[in-house]
Amino acid sequence: MRRLRSTLVPYLLILPGGLWLVVFFAAPLIFLISMSTQTGDVVSGFTQNFNWHNYVTGFSDYHSQFIRSLLYGGLATVLCIVLSYPTAYWIAFRGGARKSTYLFLILLPFFVSFVLRTISWQYILGDNGLILEPLKSLGIVSQNFRVLATGTAVVGGLTYNYLPFMVLPIYVALERIDFRVVEAAYDLYANRVQAFTKVILPLSLPGVFAGVLLNFVPAASDYVNAAVLGGPNNTMIGNIIQDEYLSLQNYPIGAALSFTLMAILLIGIFVYARALGTEQVLEAGAA
Amino acid sequence: MTENNFPDDDPVLMRGMTQRRRSGIGRAMAPGYSRREAFGLGGLAAMGLGLAACGVAGAGKASSTGQVQSAAKKFWAGKKKHGHVNFANWPLYIDTSHETLKKFTATTGITVSYAEVIQDDPSWFAKIDPIIRSGQSIGYDVMVVTDGFEFSELVALDELIPLDQTMLANFHKYASKKFQNRSFDPGNTYSIPWASGSTGIAWNPKYITTPVTSINDLWNPAYKGHVGMMSDIQEIGNFGMIKLGIDPQSSKPADWQKAATALTQQRNAGIVRQYYDQSYINALTKGDTWITMAWSGDIFQQNLSSGSNLQFVVPKEGGNIWTDNMMIPKYAQNPVDAMTLIDWFYKPEIAAMLTESINYITAVPSARPLIVTAASKAKGTDKQTLTEVADSTLVWPTAAVYNRLFNYVDVSGKLKDQYSSIFQPVVAG
Repeated sequence: MRRLRSTLVPYLLILPGGLWLVVFFAAPLIFLISMSTQTGDVVSGFTQNFNWHNYVTGFSDYHSQFIRSLLYGGLATVLCIVLSYPTAYWIAFRGGARKSTYLFLILLPFFVSFVLRTISWQYILGDNGLILEPLKSLGIVSQNFRVLATGTAVVGGLTYNYLPFMVLPIYVALERIDFRVVEAAYDLYANRVQAFTKVILPLSLPGVFAGVLLNFVPAASDYVNAAVLGGPNNTMIGNIIQDEYLSLQNYPIGAALSFTLMAILLIGIFVYARALGTEQVLEAGAA
Repeated sequence: MTENNFPDDDPVLMRGMTQRRRSGIGRAMAPGYSRREAFGLGGLAAMGLGLAACGVAGAGKASSTGQVQSAAKKFWAGKKKHGHVNFANWPLYIDTSHETLKKFTATTGITVSYAEVIQDDPSWFAKIDPIIRSGQSIGYDVMVVTDGFEFSELVALDELIPLDQTMLANFHKYASKKFQNRSFDPGNTYSIPWASGSTGIAWNPKYITTPVTSINDLWNPAYKGHVGMMSDIQEIGNFGMIKLGIDPQSSKPADWQKAATALTQQRNAGIVRQYYDQSYINALTKGDTWITMAWSGDIFQQNLSSGSNLQFVVPKEGGNIWTDNMMIPKYAQNPVDAMTLIDWFYKPEIAAMLTESINYITAVPSARPLIVTAASKAKGTDKQTLTEVADSTLVWPTAAVYNRLFNYVDVSGKLKDQYSSIFQPVVAG
């Protein structure tokens, strides 16, 4: 009896979460896979005829948006690393007693809706907004200069919105470093630069790797920033998928595009994790 | 009007209560806050199970007029009043306890639950279609849908109840002929107008000093990077055709192709700043765009509430007209009460109250003298607002303007796919 119980308990524990995922993740996913190979329209109905051509059509029509999404997502991720690392470093090693306050400040923008935060950028970056108006009146930039409706604005918005997802894992990784190893490096005549490059940086890399994962995936599939801050040439694949579903009711193409995006991201992550060591990435992510 | 409940000293609130915001793709719920972004994801999630199911069966195409009429007769026979009606409408039209609704309850004894649940046509359709397909009531007896793709689909899928024309005495008496026979719903079989508006061009005189008169100004290279176009493909499709002198109503796929080419050129020349949903109004007010496609009521309201001096014109080549329509979804629980409510809005005094609030085109011409009378009796800002409404050519377009307003291209099914595959790449980038 006792043995039976000990065999059952793990399964029972996993049951609620497992059921949740089956109902709300696996089932819709299967429906969507099925939808992605159907043909038809809303009025006459969609029929399953294993039309794999939807994938070809989707990709050939919108490959530039796929490439752009990966590019914007990648750029935003790199920018996030550049901005986050010093911040996380400072909080971890110089934050002192107020560490948690600083972390809270990093998270503070999250208390405002994502969409509203992005829209506020429209006001900051507007052609005659807070930043450009003074620059224009001082003659530093030309009258026709603009930031909104450009790729720069979209990447900027993505960087801003996903920044905390980079700061936190890097912070955690840095925080876990036993400072005695750094001291040991100094004892062994390492200068500050060497102590950083030989000891601190390698030990914090798992945090960076996890941050890349947490940043790149949502940033590449984001559609809000492109819709709010971008122009006609900055649409990302997320915008296309949204339009295919909601305004065009072309569910099969929308589903096919979703799966193409998912496949690209999964393969990318797989290669990435393989190259860096799966455990390292996932472990830091879990931390 | 003294019974007008608006806190007229608060322009922001007034705007919030009265401004209608529309778009086939997205609408905003507050200035600068776009519904498209806010609700898009929610809509996608809501659809997950229902519409993505393995094979979505189509329904039989609606039958001939004769069959519809006899079906209507059969449906309405013996239906009784229940004393309650559930009304689904868009946000920012009227508030949930608007005077028109209170009076309705006082006069007829029918209570109204007014819900602002429709954010845009496509996501509303995506929400109700699976429910009606499964043979259930959506919980609303009256709903307001624009005369676009989704309306045609609701008709084609037989998801609307043909109206009981005998219960539309006010409508037949007071509605102008123009609104009694519309191409998208001949004989008002399924729908009765709620409000109507035009799509034209708005510009900011701060940046553009010569008055805009022609649709070609949207293609003017001098405004490069500062021209706003709409992301709704029904809107821009029409504008592309109007620019080329093609009548959208009789257009063929070859015409669509030409229009799309003109729009693509405009875009590739860097003239278009962005394809906007409701957020176009903010871009124009802030000066990001100088000239933009616009909805009449928005510009009127924006000037009224924020003191801006935006100009609006229906270009000499033409503009679009859209109508939001009241209709009864299939399986509605209180159809008789719904009919009573629909006809209620066609009493001239009720139509006048509604027009004062929403500032869009009404189907009841006799509402205007009532507003003029009310304005002559009112005082202060009330008087000013009422006078502006009464005199507005946007709310009361002249015959000359009406003559150059075009409905959206009427397409559904395969043709709709073709239409969107031609115009979607313009906005998709």
